[in-house]
Parts: sequence; C-alpha cells; structure tokens
Amino acid sequence: MGRLSRVAWLYIGIVVAAAVVMIAVGPFGGLDWVQVGALGLLLVACESSATLLNPRGLSWSANSIASLAAVVLCGPVGAALVGCCTLFGVRRSPSPVQRVFNAAMFTVCAYLAGRAFLLFGGHVGVPVPSSFPGVIGPFAAAAVVHVTVNFALVRGVFWLTREPGTTVGRLGLDLKLWLTDVGYGAFGLLIAALWGVLGPFAPVLVLVPVFVARWAVAQFAAQQRAYEATVSALCQAVETKDFYTRGHSERVSRGAVMISTEIGMRAERVAAIRYAGMLHDVGKLGVPTSVLQKRSALTDDEYAAVQLHPMRGLDIVREIGFLDEALAGIMHHHERIDGRGYPMGLAGDEIPEFARVLAVADAFDAMTSDRSYRGARPVPEAIAEMRKCAGQQFDPAFVDAFIAAIERLGWTPPESAPAQEPLPTIESL
Amino acid sequence: MAAAGRYEHRSAQAHAPDSGRWLLVVFAGLLLIWSVTQTAVTGVHDVHAALAFGALIAFGELLRLNLPGDREAAPIASAGAIGYALLLKIGDTPVRNGADQVIAVTAIAMIVGALPHLAVGRPARLTAMSARLLAVACVAIAFRPLANDSAIGGKWWDELPVMLALVIVAWLFEAVVSALMRTEALRTKFVVALGDEFRVQIPIGAATGASALLIAFAAEVMGLAAVAVFAAPLLVTQVALRRYAGIRATYLQTVRALARSTEVGGYVEAGHSARVSRLAVAVGRELGMREAALLELEYAALMHDIGQLSLRDPVPGGATVLVARDEQRRIAEYGAEVIGQARVLDSVADIVRRQSDPSRPADRSQPPPLSSRIIRAANAYDDLVGSSADASRAAAAVERLRLDTGAEYDPAVVEALSKLVVP
Repeated sequence: MGRLSRVAWLYIGIVVAAAVVMIAVGPFGGLDWVQVGALGLLLVACESSATLLNPRGLSWSANSIASLAAVVLCGPVGAALVGCCTLFGVRRSPSPVQRVFNAAMFTVCAYLAGRAFLLFGGHVGVPVPSSFPGVIGPFAAAAVVHVTVNFALVRGVFWLTREPGTTVGRLGLDLKLWLTDVGYGAFGLLIAALWGVLGPFAPVLVLVPVFVARWAVAQFAAQQRAYEATVSALCQAVETKDFYTRGHSERVSRGAVMISTEIGMRAERVAAIRYAGMLHDVGKLGVPTSVLQKRSALTDDEYAAVQLHPMRGLDIVREIGFLDEALAGIMHHHERIDGRGYPMGLAGDEIPEFARVLAVADAFDAMTSDRSYRGARPVPEAIAEMRKCAGQQFDPAFVDAFIAAIERLGWTPPESAPAQEPLPTIESL
Repeated sequence: MAAAGRYEHRSAQAHAPDSGRWLLVVFAGLLLIWSVTQTAVTGVHDVHAALAFGALIAFGELLRLNLPGDREAAPIASAGAIGYALLLKIGDTPVRNGADQVIAVTAIAMIVGALPHLAVGRPARLTAMSARLLAVACVAIAFRPLANDSAIGGKWWDELPVMLALVIVAWLFEAVVSALMRTEALRTKFVVALGDEFRVQIPIGAATGASALLIAFAAEVMGLAAVAVFAAPLLVTQVALRRYAGIRATYLQTVRALARSTEVGGYVEAGHSARVSRLAVAVGRELGMREAALLELEYAALMHDIGQLSLRDPVPGGATVLVARDEQRRIAEYGAEVIGQARVLDSVADIVRRQSDPSRPADRSQPPPLSSRIIRAANAYDDLVGSSADASRAAAAVERLRLDTGAEYDPAVVEALSKLVVP
C-alpha cells in the first residue's frame, strides 16, 4: 500500500470503528456457537486460499460463501463475527493494516447483508423443506448487498491509496467479478440448506467442488502463462537469424492488440491476434540468412524466396489448434489493399481482417526500427507515412485506429541496433 | 515393415479393443441386460426420481470431459449415478428401489447421452463407459440393500462414513481399471500407470464424490430440485477443467509445430523432431517413466535441435550425430538457452543442454539425466535410419549404438530402444 495519506487513514479508521460497533452492540443471545465456529473456520479456509488478481494487491477469495451461510443460519451479528475471522487468514501478502481493514470490511459487509436478509423477510435459522423457495428472495438481496458493499469499500481504499496518475481499473473486470461473487454467494444458501441433514459437514462437502474448480482455474492460468512464455521464447529463437528483427514479433503482436482493442474486437479474437502477431514471421526461417541480412538490393530469386515466407509460416503453425482467423492473418499479412501484395494478390475486403491488422502493425514496426539497409524513422514521421499509404497498402480504418491508440497509449520503438555481429557459423563454432 | 512404423503400429493397436477391454465391455453388457430384465420384472419404483436422475446422467454423459493424457471422464454423470445409488429419502419419503433399477437407469441414460457423440462421429469410448457403469454398480449393489432394510439412516454420522467409503471404493475401482487398460494399451508398467492415474484423477474424483454425496443428502431437504442445484458446482469445475485440458493440448501442438521450424529452415530432415520425440517417449515408457516426466521428455525431444536455429547455415543434412562433439555441445547449449528463456521449462532446458553428453562421463562427473540419455540414443538412431523403412537398416543402426554403449549411450536405453524397433 505504500505510505497512506491522512484521508486514507480516516477512511480505514471509520470502517474499523463501524465493524467494532456492529460486533460490540450484539445481541449475542440465541447464537449457536458451533455454527459460528464452523463457519468462521470455513471463512479462514477461503481467505487463506485467496488469489492475487493484480500486482497492486487486489485479491479475490470465496469469503462471501461463509458469510452468507452465516447470514441465514446465525443472523447479522453471527455473520459479522464470522466475517471478522478474516483476521486469521493464513496468508503472507497482506500487511497488518491491510489485514485489519479486510477483516473490518468483511464484518461490515456480513452485518449489512444480515440486515438486508431480515428486511426482505428472511427467517434466521436452519432452513427446512418448507422454507424453499421463500428463502431465495431474501437471500439474493443479502448476497447483492454483501458483494456490493464489499466492492464499494475495496474501490474506496484503492482510490484513496492509488499512486497519482494511475487509474484504478476497468469497469468490465468489475462487473465480471461482481457476478462471480454473487454466484459464489449462492453456495452459502446450499450450505445453510444442508446444515439440517449434514451439520458442520455441509460446508466441507459443498466446498470440495468449489475448491477443485478454483484449483483447475489456477492450473489453467499457470499453463497459459507457461504457454505464452514458451511461444515468446521460441519466437525469439526464430528472430536470432535476423539480427535486425529482434523483438519485432513481440512489438507487432502488441501493435495488433492495440488496433484490435481500439476497434472493439471480442476478447478471444484479441487473444488469437496476439499469437498471430507473435508468429507472423515464423516462415522467415525458410529464407536463407544471407538473404535476410543482405545490405544491398535483392535479386529476383532472392525476392521470390522472401515472398514465400508467409506460406512457410502457415505450414509451420497450421497444426496448432488456433482460430482459423489467426492462420489466415499469418498467411496474408503481406497483402496490400490495392491488390499488389503477396502471396495471393488479394485486394480490399478479400484480405482477411486479421491480415489487414497485422499488415499495419508489421509495417509500422519495420519503419520505426533499424534495418540492414537503413536506420529507424521517428514515430511521427512513420505515422505520416502510414497515413499516406492508407488506402493503397493499408486498410484506412485500421491505420486510424492504430494512430488513435498510439496517441493515447504511446509507442516505444526498439533501441537503436549496435554494429552488426555476424552469427556463428558451423565452422566458427 | 518400417522401423519407425513398427512402434507407431504398436501404439495404433491401443485403439483396437484387446482382451482386457473386451472382458470389461462384455461384463458391463451382461450387467445391463440383467439389470434391465430385473427392473422390468419387478417394476420401476418412483418414476419421477428415475427420470430426474436419468436426465442428469444423460446430460453428464453428453458433457464428457477429455483430461490430459487421452483420458476421459464424465463427472456430472458419475456424480448423478452415484448420488442415485446413495439416495435414502426424497423429502420425507424413503427411497426403496433396488440396485438393479439404479444400474438400469444409469446404463440407459449413459447410452442416451452417448448417442449424440456417435451422431457427430466421435468414438463411443465403450471402455470408459463400462468402467463408469461398473463403478456405479459396485456402490449400488453394496448400498441399496442397506438402505432398503433401513439398516442405516437416521443421523448423518451413521450414513456419511458408509457413503464416503463407498464413494472412495468406486473411485479406486475406476482408477485401477483405467490403469490396467493403459498398461495394456501403452506398454506402461502397472504401478507407474496407477500412480499417474491417481495423480490425474484425485481432484476430479474428489469433486465428483463430494457432489454425489451432496445430491443424495440434499434430496432430503430440497426434493428432486437437489439434482439440478448440486450439479451446478460440478458444472463450474468441469468448465475449468476443460479449459485446462484445452490449453495443455494447445501447448503441446504449438511446441510440436514450432519444433518443425527447424525442418522448414532446412536445418534437419523433415519429420525428424516428430520421429525422435515419438521414439524417445516410447523408450521412456518402456523404462517406466512417469507421465509428467514423459511430457517433459516429449517437449525436450521435440525441441532438441532448436539450438541449430542459432547457426547461420544448416549442418549438412541436419544430422548432428555426424558433427564433432564440441559442435554438438554448442548446439545443445544454444537450444537450452532458448528454452531457458521461457523460464517455465527449466528442467526441459536442462535435458536439452545435456543431450550431447556421453552417458558415462570420462571424468566421473554427474551423468546426464535419463531423459537426455534417451534423446541422445533416439536422435542418433534417427540420424542413422531416418524415415527409411528398411528392417535390416534398423538392426544395423541398433548394432552401431550397441557398440558405443560403453561410454556414449546408456545400455538400458539402447536395449529398450532395440525392443521397440527390432522384432
């Protein structure tokens, strides 16, 4: 969290004070301490398995399950006590201040959710067969209140402790998380419903599928990271052939993502174009190194060899379970809008959308980096050149989108390349 | 017959049902006939429950899940069927159907759920279905008499331990059957296959078993609505597992594809990486390597020549066995550097780095890992034989490797390799 401003301290103080008041006022009569204890333990288990969502310390856990089960079984005060158990979560990352704030926050959320449950006509206690479906409405109200208060308080603390000039986050992410949280909250009702037949074993059984799901999500994320790292490492290996294109794939991928985000492509298509950008030049492996690094003009034969690289690239990546669009993008990224490109000489809308996006990002990076036959051009000059070629070489819509994105987010061209070192040959090894 | 073709041929046989598989399927078929006849004679108890559970099982069978390592599971179908077998009460009404009805409903629902798969041309996967049905039958045959005689029931602490034990037995049964099938099909050692099976199946088995228990208990409170409500968490689990299996598959495809970049670049002969990795994995399996280690071996074997990309011009013919030791070592070193950059495949990088080291170093230093020794032998074999289909050439290549087992190649690896390529 860094150092806190006075306003932030005040905010945290108010939340903690509210939590203390809610618990201190009670009443504690009629509380089943076995329930409170079991649900408290459950909450500690959830809190201890929290996953970090972003590097600034926003993390997510399934705490709402335990709190909302407590809302039904023990009422607002019991739920507040359960929420308070967040304090004992076995986690290394939060600082003492964060830990106290989180505990206070979950206490407040649970208490207010409990109040909402009563307000909407819910009855506290173990549900019986006749409680269904009447209990669902009040429970949904409690879940919505719990999650919304939680989000508001977290947003507040992030806003007060943010570093100057940074935005707190995107709304899309928020909405998705909000829905996930409300969905997980529903498990709270299942725990409460099963308490009558299974007692304290209800939470254990309900949580097994939930935890396995989260384990699988974590595995998926880990595999995804490993996958990206591997693809990027292999792309770099391909680039070692041509000294001047070092980092080119990475930058084209970034540019293509900027364009496709700017024009509002769906997330999975953006992911596909990212890989397409990384892999678009893989086919250059089939081009002899001497041709790639040549300083003078190419002969016709050499030019023909270069022109083959999109097809060779397609050959290599064809077997990856990609979207077909990404393959089309790799194959056609050297087509021109006026039909004078290669390998097929497609024109205008015949060229797949991915290929038109990649062509813009590819040409822009080529212009702003050093090549064996010329130095890099500055970004404004490259933008002017792109504008000039829009309509002949590039799709004007994507050029505009790219320029808009660069103006908003900036563009870091590669550092100037030092004098060329020859690659080792088999004799010099 | 082709040397390379021969070990492919053996793994192709895996897909044809062999004795163990036939036995399993026939047994499941007999069980189906017995249960359906028996149910037809005695009549169906509580048609609503039978239909509700049947629908859940068919739905679960429709949403089969492919797990890493060419495994298949249908967690929702299994949970539904075991939940049905363990049912004590729906609301306040005790459930009195026999084991035969549980098995009949499960079997018919599984077949109904499998039909759409057949309709779109996917394999029926009879073995996996039979194993699932037999696991459910174990639970039903053990539990239904207890439930119907009211021998247990009343409080959760009498019921839960028995049910939990049965769920675990069913899970163990499926794991053992699956391991036996894999032993037969892939020439894995049974103990190794069972260990792999446990590792892969524990998370999904835990989720399935817990859901089965939840369905059985929740039916007392919520009636048949419990069937739908408690299948929901499992659906979430299944979606997550499917994405996990998906990215694993894409990962392997990508590494396979990018490993071919050395071929497109003219650095190695076409098909070399794929052949070396197939042979290396077969040898690794023969030597009893675990599945996780086999995956690393496969990655390393696919990328073992990636270091050649750092060369300005390809080695003539791409045959690294023909270039000098130091050059081989440099190529391996470059390859390991490339793979190491990913930071997630460190052990793969290590295998690639040490692939050119002799299996018994002269200076008595640490010998290279088994995977490196396997890749070294498989690579040398493929450099000598290539895609040739000549059996005498295969035998001659193995002979040449044998001559060098003193220091260069690991004798155990060469023996395993020879078992695979020479009849």
